[in-house]
Amino acid sequence: MFPFLLDKPGSAQEAIAAAAAGGRYIAGGTTLVDLMREEVERPERLIDINRLPLGGIRVEGQDLVIGALARMAEVAADSNVQRLQPLVAESLIEGASPQLRNMASLGGNLLQRVRCPYFRMLDVGCNKRTPGSGCAAIEGLNAGHAILGTSNYCVATHPSDVAVALVALDATVRVRGPKGERSFPVEELFRLPADTPHLEHTLLPGELILELRVPGGPHARNARYLKVRDRASYEFALVSAAAALAIEDGVIREARIAVGGVGTRPWRLRACEAALAGRKPDRQAFVEAAQLATEGARPLHHNAFKVTLLPRTIVRTLEMAGEIA
Amino acid sequence: MTNRHLTPSGKAGMDESSPLASSPLSRRAVLQLAGGAASLAAIPSGDALSADAVGTEALPVGSIRLIVNGESKELELDTRQSLLDVLRETLDLPGTKKGCNQGACGACTILVDGRRIVSCLTLASMYDGADIQTIEGLEKNGELHPLQQAFVAHEGLQCGFCTPGQIMSGIGCIAEGHAGSPEEIQFWMSGNICRCGAYPGIVEAVADAARRT
Repeated sequence: MFPFLLDKPGSAQEAIAAAAAGGRYIAGGTTLVDLMREEVERPERLIDINRLPLGGIRVEGQDLVIGALARMAEVAADSNVQRLQPLVAESLIEGASPQLRNMASLGGNLLQRVRCPYFRMLDVGCNKRTPGSGCAAIEGLNAGHAILGTSNYCVATHPSDVAVALVALDATVRVRGPKGERSFPVEELFRLPADTPHLEHTLLPGELILELRVPGGPHARNARYLKVRDRASYEFALVSAAAALAIEDGVIREARIAVGGVGTRPWRLRACEAALAGRKPDRQAFVEAAQLATEGARPLHHNAFKVTLLPRTIVRTLEMAGEIA
Repeated sequence: MTNRHLTPSGKAGMDESSPLASSPLSRRAVLQLAGGAASLAAIPSGDALSADAVGTEALPVGSIRLIVNGESKELELDTRQSLLDVLRETLDLPGTKKGCNQGACGACTILVDGRRIVSCLTLASMYDGADIQTIEGLEKNGELHPLQQAFVAHEGLQCGFCTPGQIMSGIGCIAEGHAGSPEEIQFWMSGNICRCGAYPGIVEAVADAARRT
């Protein structure tokens, strides 16, 4: 690990100033410490934000508001989260391990870096780690990589589970930077790799995530998360799906679907959602809608199975969501 | 993961003629000397044996206080030291194990302010004032902790390397209320890998201790 300085600012203003001057925020550290030890990340100055008052979970009207520093385990176990947004709790429990969930913050979870093995191998090309050095995954072992949103420069999936749920639920993120505060959809936090895969999110220099806001609605209770993976727990998704259904008089009024493990960012499926509106929540409707999920998919040597697994995972998740309704 | 700054001599065992072979040194001290022999000249003290603390540039230092198994400790740290390295190298509490050193195996699990975490993925300097419990602090007045006793009774181990992490994680699992059934224990203990495959005994031990606490 390369040497670095550690700041422990007492206010968001100090933290933002330090970050705008080139420092890196650290909260739970579960991604950053690991990558620093591997010398993939080499920050010269870290800003420990754990003293800032950015924790806690509260309810405002129909909205659930989650502080950026709230830990995954804390959010998943919160009674308001379980009651108002069970999808958020379920997606959190399916991620990481109990120890890591006690450490990792929600803000950090969203900004975690990719799990592509080549990102961590300093002796092979990775455009994300070293722009212009190539992508070893495209011709390498790529069973775990993306089929949607890829480019000729990067095919890594976004690894977060809760981000998939938050994107499905139209959650927004509130950030503060040197020029003030702004809010925008969580979905817009993530960039596509295109020809600049080293740029992963849309935060401006110094911007700090303050909180996440998850709007309520008739879809929120009938919502499930399904994660398909190589072992039953403590493993990243091959394919995952978050689905929420607003059903009225036996008809789907509104469907929300986002998927993980297949896209270079958490992937919302609006065409599938539109195909479900007005339909009865039965298997035939689910199968027809799920077929639209793989439009534009670009499978690699080892991950073509995801083109088959993705619609099946969506169908099963919709059935699970429909069973609650 | 790898202690790349601490290239071992490649000679792990002690020579029979070594003066250390019959000396009353602990196994740990002997291994430290053997493993570090090649680099001892470059390392000023045993405290610096932490892989992450060995660098080529000036080391940034911070001072913090930790409560470790009920005892207050004032520490001068390199910002790169993990809690795992501070426990093992600085405080000489090697019960907490370094397995993968990348948060994947759970061998380094400790309780911080009552919550189980992996100590390898921490920067110790960020834990000023934390209350830390390790495997060394579980025994009280010569009595093993109920979960330690259960691991013995149910043979929840074979080689024993993962056991301190399993036990600290099991204490967390029981405290969180996730030890209600074998299936629940399997899911909520999945952050701890046992390469001997002693999982049936581990699950039984956690279930048994949960019933008795």
